[in-house]
Amino acid sequence: MTLSLGKDLLGLEPLSREQIQLILDTAEPFKEISQRAIKKVPTLRGATIVNLFFEASTRTRVSFEFAEKRLSADAVNVAASGSSVSKGETLVDTARNLEAMRIDMVVIRHGASGAAQFLAERIESNVINAGDGTHEHPTQGLLDLLTLRDHFGRIDGLKVCIVGDVLHSRVARSNIWGLTKMGAEVGVCGPRSLLPNAVEELPVTVFRRVEEAIEWADALNILRLQLERMTAGYIPSLREYNRVFGVSRERLERAPRDVLILHPGPMNRGVEIDSDVADGPFSVILDQVTNGVAVRMAVLYMLSGGKPELAEAAKGRGGNE
Amino acid sequence: MADEIVELNNGTENLVIVGIQRRGVQLAAQIVSTISDREETDVPHGSLDITLYRDDLQTVGPRPVVGQTRIPVDVEGKNVIIVDDVLYTGRTIRAALDELADFGRPGRIALAVLIDRGGRELPIQPDVVGKTIAILPTQRVDVLVEELDGKNGVIVTDKESAP
Repeated sequence: MTLSLGKDLLGLEPLSREQIQLILDTAEPFKEISQRAIKKVPTLRGATIVNLFFEASTRTRVSFEFAEKRLSADAVNVAASGSSVSKGETLVDTARNLEAMRIDMVVIRHGASGAAQFLAERIESNVINAGDGTHEHPTQGLLDLLTLRDHFGRIDGLKVCIVGDVLHSRVARSNIWGLTKMGAEVGVCGPRSLLPNAVEELPVTVFRRVEEAIEWADALNILRLQLERMTAGYIPSLREYNRVFGVSRERLERAPRDVLILHPGPMNRGVEIDSDVADGPFSVILDQVTNGVAVRMAVLYMLSGGKPELAEAAKGRGGNE
Repeated sequence: MADEIVELNNGTENLVIVGIQRRGVQLAAQIVSTISDREETDVPHGSLDITLYRDDLQTVGPRPVVGQTRIPVDVEGKNVIIVDDVLYTGRTIRAALDELADFGRPGRIALAVLIDRGGRELPIQPDVVGKTIAILPTQRVDVLVEELDGKNGVIVTDKESAP
């Protein structure tokens, strides 16, 4: 069975259900590697990977770095501050200069939507999108899918509601594409000002009240308010947001079933999620982090190496079998 | 083969049997169940997927599917028997030895294969062999196991006509 991902991973929207399924299945054996005494396999020996982070990140950057190192790749981190980017160099020039040092892959996080694709079209190295503006964050979407599948044993038919700042969230978009492709029903819930204008055109159910969302859902994916991206007064105050949309134990206790709690981090306790929910029995927030390393290892493995023309030819065959 | 493995190990103490994905795993399970019938003891067994340790990963096209690796016990100081279906170039076994080393330092590692077809490209020899056959490089040997193929057996085909 061969089913290639092609050169880059830019988002979940362009992927097929079969491709997503293959990434999740490939992630399974990679979980075991992180449990070994020697957490390292020689698979990407000699490959050089640059983590190009134009935005702040702890979890995603460290997770990628662990994934790279556990596959024996050589990883270099470049942050926007402290690099030539702060001297006015363009994204493409930065990447081309790095490529001139013979790198193999670029993991990019950038504040502009489409930055990953822009770069992928201009350099030969494999590009992995680690979050671009408000567009997509595909590896986060994949690790959410893997965590849901671990817990429920399936994704097909699940009801998952994304709660919070959907407007600014690339995680929300990757989740919506990934979940619907895998056969789940997706809901979104948040103040109207924090839902996209054209939310009706997305394949989702909109809930105005968080109580309704909790009553409907098997799992909630709770998102942070992205205050750094808010250019206008989207909500009256954090306290009011918490009172109306915060996920609290009291609200969950009224649900007809146990609701699984996901959060991509970083959490603002007491705002979108209360502490006793984040640390509660149905929280899989730390499982998400563990799965993140396995998913990223799977993606790096699937994109890397091999002759590009062979991979392209395989893509052309449309992944028979 | 099960008897030979027990003999090689002077009993079943400290024995760990590890099958290589894919068909080595089912063969290992058959050997373990034979040993448990005869010796009335359960031998710990696991599986090893060597895909991530292959020496041709830089050149093969689309990535091969990775199977599960599961080593249920600490291999430190144990006598590990690696089980595979067909021994050919020896490259798979080289990869398996590297992978096992990442789980600890076994006291001894031995190799049991159902079919030795010759054609080695590395200095690796089996300790227990089901059957040695001499065939052409243009032919291939497939071992069938009940769990995956519906029946047990060995077939030799010409590569061109292979499925």
